[in-house]
Amino acid sequence: MSMNVDRDHILVEVEDIHITFGGLKALNGICMNINKGEILATIGPNGAGKTTLINAINGVCHPNPGRIVFEGKDLTNMRPHHVASLGIARTFQNVALFKGMSVLDNITMGRHSKIKSGFFSQGLYWGLGQKMEIEHREAVEIVIEWLEIQNIRETPTGALPYGLQKKVELGRALAAEPKLLLLDEPMAGMSLEEKEDIARFILDAREEFGTTICLIEHDMGVVMDVSNRIVVLEFGEKIAEGTPEEIRNNQRVINAYLGTDGH
Amino acid sequence: MLFFLEVILSGLLAGVMYSLVAIGFVLILKASGVFNFAQGAMVLFAALTFVCLLEKAIPFWAAFFITLAVMIVLAVAIERIVLRPLVAKPPIILFMATIGLAFFLEGLGQGIWGADVHGLNIGIPDDPFEWLMNKGILISQFDLVAAFIAAILVTVLVLFFHKTATGTALMAVSDDPEAAQSVGISLRWIWVITWSISGFVALVAGIMWGTRLGVQYSLSLIVLKALPVLILGGFESIAGAIIAGLIIGASEKLADVYIGPYVGGGLENFFPYFLAMVFLCFRPYGLFGREAIERV
Repeated sequence: MSMNVDRDHILVEVEDIHITFGGLKALNGICMNINKGEILATIGPNGAGKTTLINAINGVCHPNPGRIVFEGKDLTNMRPHHVASLGIARTFQNVALFKGMSVLDNITMGRHSKIKSGFFSQGLYWGLGQKMEIEHREAVEIVIEWLEIQNIRETPTGALPYGLQKKVELGRALAAEPKLLLLDEPMAGMSLEEKEDIARFILDAREEFGTTICLIEHDMGVVMDVSNRIVVLEFGEKIAEGTPEEIRNNQRVINAYLGTDGH
Repeated sequence: MLFFLEVILSGLLAGVMYSLVAIGFVLILKASGVFNFAQGAMVLFAALTFVCLLEKAIPFWAAFFITLAVMIVLAVAIERIVLRPLVAKPPIILFMATIGLAFFLEGLGQGIWGADVHGLNIGIPDDPFEWLMNKGILISQFDLVAAFIAAILVTVLVLFFHKTATGTALMAVSDDPEAAQSVGISLRWIWVITWSISGFVALVAGIMWGTRLGVQYSLSLIVLKALPVLILGGFESIAGAIIAGLIIGASEKLADVYIGPYVGGGLENFFPYFLAMVFLCFRPYGLFGREAIERV
């Protein structure tokens, strides 16, 4: 396989990134790719740097040194709102919804980076503004229907139970029709049934919208089931990468999770 | 009965003037979670700039828009110099930065334009409104115009918040800045917008209050009148600021007229604070504020 053929499949290139908080090396020379159309899981013990990796791609923190390239564009020093406009959406480990707004408004906000009808025409329902408005509404309705949350569309998100909040947050990210979806523990704290529900939506999102997905998850059963490829981090370094089968049999990963034997 | 009506009406109209100041606070608090201590200084700075431009024989509307431009430049400068380096710091740090900003603006305004008291006359007579006077009620024309201007201002702001993408983006930022950024909202842009709008509100409030009291240093102290309004209305609600302003205005006048004689008068000056204290005890998030709900 030549390098050129390989590169066509790559959506994100993470090139030797380092991120330091004070004296703590959160990420220490991570190199990895996210391929187009795959579901890539990032796993690792607490404090391994998984969320920092997502934050770096999303523009919340900036690697130094190191480089992140998305579709040939250098994301390294972009701010989050700019990254969002390129087609990268995300969810947060602790649900980050607009709690005072309804489910419908939250999901509509997801399309903010797509609304480009100028400062003064925004929301004035005339001409171009109206056409845009209809297009956005349709996209939002598709997401609501797809996630089966029609019955709570007018409910303020702050009043929803945790599992549904997580679902709405996923909906907000999907409403942007992202090329890359970053999910930070989308199933944390959920019941088995809710987890299966979300896992189904993650698989469907890739099938129906062709979205590339990078997710962080602790539940190994789910990770093995949904992901095409897995990257394992420990103490800010990548210790393994491969298919679920390869990771399951990788000695370093087993050690990192179960502790080294011989003690 | 007519007298009672007159007291209430004049109280309500005075209350509108309080609301005008309170709205400036609410805007910035909503969008950036900062209690802007410099709001009073912004009112003073705007009024001072405006009145001195008028005194240089610049026509009213030209002076208005030049001052507005100055307030927008100020907003950009505040974002760049004060807010940006303090991004993601705790609210108390930002609050302290606005205290510094207040002193700076008061100094800057008086440094450029001098510390004299300027009379401001915008051509609205402070005489009784004739139609009502004939019915036996004494209400100042100026108060009525002030109420009318405030009503327009509020309508425009509410439409802006609920009907434009920038307005809803502002509300999103106030709910969750991190999530707002992740859907493509630029925090810096939102900050410039809010501080500009807040500068605009400060200019309107400065002109109305400056006409009332003269443009002078003490103008920056009208924020003290806005505090009880904010406590009553809830710090994050524009509607709350309006209604609380009306309540404060009417109740302080009523208390002064009907209870004042029994306690030796002067009730008007402290009654709003008494009311605020009662609210702090029983409904600390105000009439329209969001009750903080926490899952345990």
